[in-house]
Amino acid sequence: MNAKGKVFKYPDNVDTDVIIPARYLNTSNAKELALHCMEDIDADFVKKVSAGDIIVAGWNFGCGSSREHAPLVIKTCGTGCVIAKSFARIFYRNAINIGLPILECPEAAEEIAAGDNVSIDFDTGVITDITTDKVYHAQPFPPFIQNIIKNGGLLASLKKEK
Amino acid sequence: MSMTMTQKILAAHAGQSSVTAGQLINAKLDIVLGNDITTPVAVNEFKKAGFDGVFDKDHIAIVLDHFVPNKDIKAAEQSKQCREFACLHCISHFYDVGKMGIEHALLPEQGIVTAGDCIIGADSHTCTYGALGAFSTGVGSTDMAAGMATGEAWFKVPSAIKVELSGKLKKNCSGKDVILTLIGMIGVDGALYKSLEFTGEGVAALSMDDRLCICNMAIEAGAKNGIFPVDEVTLKYLEGRSERKPIIYEADPDAVYESTVKIDLSTLCPTVACPHLPENTRPASELGDIKIQQVVIGSCTNGRMEDMETAYKILKDKKVADGVRCIIIPATMQIMRECVERGYVTAFIDAGAVVSTPTCGPCLGGYMGILAEGERCVATTNRNFVGRMGHVKSEVYLASPATAAASALTGYITEPEEV
Repeated sequence: MNAKGKVFKYPDNVDTDVIIPARYLNTSNAKELALHCMEDIDADFVKKVSAGDIIVAGWNFGCGSSREHAPLVIKTCGTGCVIAKSFARIFYRNAINIGLPILECPEAAEEIAAGDNVSIDFDTGVITDITTDKVYHAQPFPPFIQNIIKNGGLLASLKKEK
Repeated sequence: MSMTMTQKILAAHAGQSSVTAGQLINAKLDIVLGNDITTPVAVNEFKKAGFDGVFDKDHIAIVLDHFVPNKDIKAAEQSKQCREFACLHCISHFYDVGKMGIEHALLPEQGIVTAGDCIIGADSHTCTYGALGAFSTGVGSTDMAAGMATGEAWFKVPSAIKVELSGKLKKNCSGKDVILTLIGMIGVDGALYKSLEFTGEGVAALSMDDRLCICNMAIEAGAKNGIFPVDEVTLKYLEGRSERKPIIYEADPDAVYESTVKIDLSTLCPTVACPHLPENTRPASELGDIKIQQVVIGSCTNGRMEDMETAYKILKDKKVADGVRCIIIPATMQIMRECVERGYVTAFIDAGAVVSTPTCGPCLGGYMGILAEGERCVATTNRNFVGRMGHVKSEVYLASPATAAASALTGYITEPEEV
């Protein structure tokens, strides 16, 4: 599994309220919700994002609410991966459960710049900044979590085990 | 192998004699919780996965609290979806308008959660129930769906930070000042993936409402859970209330903690978290003349009876300052009823405040008190992120009910002592 695209860069502590403001949570329709992805931190994100693009952010990405709508809108917009220095734990869990690829890599998150072209190999955890020609190594997921992702999310995984 | 209190509860629910930090386990769940925002997503996933029944209708709680009474047509559709699911699966703990309350005030009040439980909830403030000596943590809707189907959830066993409390809170200080102070000390990701285990001789003097408020905001330091030891205060609270027999777990005396934070409660002062992160804490007395247009007293953090009593003592026979909208929201119908019986509602109205039926409404910028561009609010809620209560250029200052009520009277951020 791979991802390749241009980078949108954000700071530390990007919270779920700016990823998908609660004023839109009166629906669970992913496509409708995705129209407002990142709206309160970057109103142009939805207009500019293309399939495969990559979000790069600082520490504690996805802090705040447990709303699964947050990873869901990022995925629905076509985002190929989120790379951050660290993730808030509920966001981390939700991303795995719904199948949004995420990688923790402080060095890559620090150095990769907005607009860079980046490619990712999820099997090896290798992140390549094509623009700067630099390579980073993210920690791959533990086997337990790899298994959930391989099966297509938590529920698909549970069904398979049944 | 020595264990923390959290690790002991997790081990027991995973059917193991001991667990260690970092270990992946499957644990049996005592309660699986959802609300009117997160349950619809869970119901969709539950159906998509083809599950035909829930693991136990008596161990699932669905509470309509975020956008009810329904704020618009779409919210009404979401409530309806929750109602139909609850009806179809005969969910015994389903709380609709008239019976509902804000979930994290309601579940402890109704005795649905108890000491020794292992609980997940599709709401980040599910960590509140650690106040009762339970392991309780927030998850997403997919985890809720899986929990409803199987009665189990996977966890990575957390390590812990020990928070040693000593001394006694001064007048005008409460649990909110304790947790804001702690978040200010360790930061919004200071306890990421970890437990916050509260301990020390200072615990005994903290009321259950204070403990619920403190554990409620553990997530605001990134924590997986917050937890208090079970003592006389806990047992007295649970007596005659708890549906299941409380089970008491204690941390081993030689349990290993990642770090220890010490807080002398007697040194704390009324504390405010300034925009736009809960870690931006300052003593209320140092904030000078910050004009406000709104005050909100309520939420899963501070909508309990003691919070209402504090607001009443400050607001009675006084007037809310001109130019300030003061919104008071008792967190459950039982609390609301008691506010009526004790004459608090009359006093609030006479002071120029409005009183709403229970709702999460303004806390998350849903409805019932949305801020316009450039407006400021002092709120007893839990988050002050950009746009949290309305316009992206509005500001939320987090404070205790005492500080919020005092600020309502003056129109600027004010220490309770000043009024």
